[in-house]
Amino acid sequence: MAVDPLIELSGVNKYYGELHVLQDVDLTVGRGEVVVVIGPSGSGKSTLCRTMNRLETIESGTISIDGQPLPEEGRALATLRAEVGMVFQSFNLFAHKTVLANVSLAQTKVRGRKKDEADKRSRELLERVGLEDQADKLPAQLSGGQQQRVAIARALAMDPKVMLFDEPTSALDPEMINEVLEVMQQLARDGMTMVVVTHEMGFARSAANRVVFMADGRIVEDRTPEGFFTAPESDRAKDFLSKILKH
Amino acid sequence: MKVLTDNFALYGKGFLGTVELTVYASVLALVLGFLMASFRVAPVGSFRVFGTVWVAVLRNTPLTLLFFAVLLGLPRFGLVLPFEVFAVLALGCYTSAFICEALRSGINTVPKGQGEAARSLGMTFSQTLGTVVLPQAFRSVIPPIGSTIIALAKNSAIAGAFSVTELLGTYKSLNELGYSIIWTFVWIAVGYLIITLTISALFHVLEKRWGVAR
Repeated sequence: MAVDPLIELSGVNKYYGELHVLQDVDLTVGRGEVVVVIGPSGSGKSTLCRTMNRLETIESGTISIDGQPLPEEGRALATLRAEVGMVFQSFNLFAHKTVLANVSLAQTKVRGRKKDEADKRSRELLERVGLEDQADKLPAQLSGGQQQRVAIARALAMDPKVMLFDEPTSALDPEMINEVLEVMQQLARDGMTMVVVTHEMGFARSAANRVVFMADGRIVEDRTPEGFFTAPESDRAKDFLSKILKH
Repeated sequence: MKVLTDNFALYGKGFLGTVELTVYASVLALVLGFLMASFRVAPVGSFRVFGTVWVAVLRNTPLTLLFFAVLLGLPRFGLVLPFEVFAVLALGCYTSAFICEALRSGINTVPKGQGEAARSLGMTFSQTLGTVVLPQAFRSVIPPIGSTIIALAKNSAIAGAFSVTELLGTYKSLNELGYSIIWTFVWIAVGYLIITLTISALFHVLEKRWGVAR
């Protein structure tokens, strides 16, 4: 894989004060690839995901998206972020705007689409995530799973090159996890490049091209899902898997 | 009662003076406060420093001292303006520091994820602030901003000491005319109450209309 790299991280280091949260991380994500990042809490996987659109700054190393190094804060960074969709654990839908306005806002502000054009696209996307009848509600009136699907539609509305998912199902009831995972599965089948931080091992097995296992700020294993789940190489991964697969 | 009916024109002039000072200074304070609050949360360090210094200097200077500095200081640097304008400048800048901090506390009530989501969609700092963060912050800062504007209305009395026509200053003329000082002040107080209660009512309406529905 990774013949045509879309995201490239090399020698990335990040500190929170004394804490070295990302230690010499190298990672390449190819176009059309689905990379699932797993690991114990505090291993730096969310931080890694957030560095890819510079929601977290890094101390050293380089990150490039589609051959272009991440710019400093400013207009160029905003332009690049529009190409990188992001879905958050806590949904982060704009609380004061309707579902439709949530999906349309950045299309008009960033992509410069006309309002009716943006709304038309938003309705298409809401239909795709199965929420076309919720367009006029406020986020607080939706269930968690519905909110997260709106958030996915909102990110897709920018026609991103890659989608980052930062624990998209961790704040959801078990019932709602599936409706979100189904949307993500569909995206993966449609060939979207995805980086997914998750604890959903089932999703990792079925949708991922590669599984990246992180522990203590380092990438410990970078394997196919089959290889990782059936024959983990490191003790750290064996230990992790034995704990989560026991139930 | 007689003091009011006999001197209605004088009271009226003072009342209007205070209203004018309050309105103009409020507009200036809101605009500057908004600007400084944006500075204080900006990603650019020098903007943040400017905003912080602005608030620190203006919030911690006694207003009377600020009036002296503006009305007596600025003309020394060749800036000569009518005293009314100087008074609006002093009041507006002073109050902007408080508006800035009220707005900033409002910005802090908006979950961080809201701004992150907006930025992750490619929105610029000003788009994020203007369309996502401030509209939500605004809802929770209506009451404290109302209090600040009421304080501004009452603070405008200091301008009277610098020969700007305003409500409190009318007592000097009336006192010279020999009217009862108590009734003179009662009617002045009524004048302030009319202004401050109007501001209260206005902000009450704003809160009803835009306040956070929880």
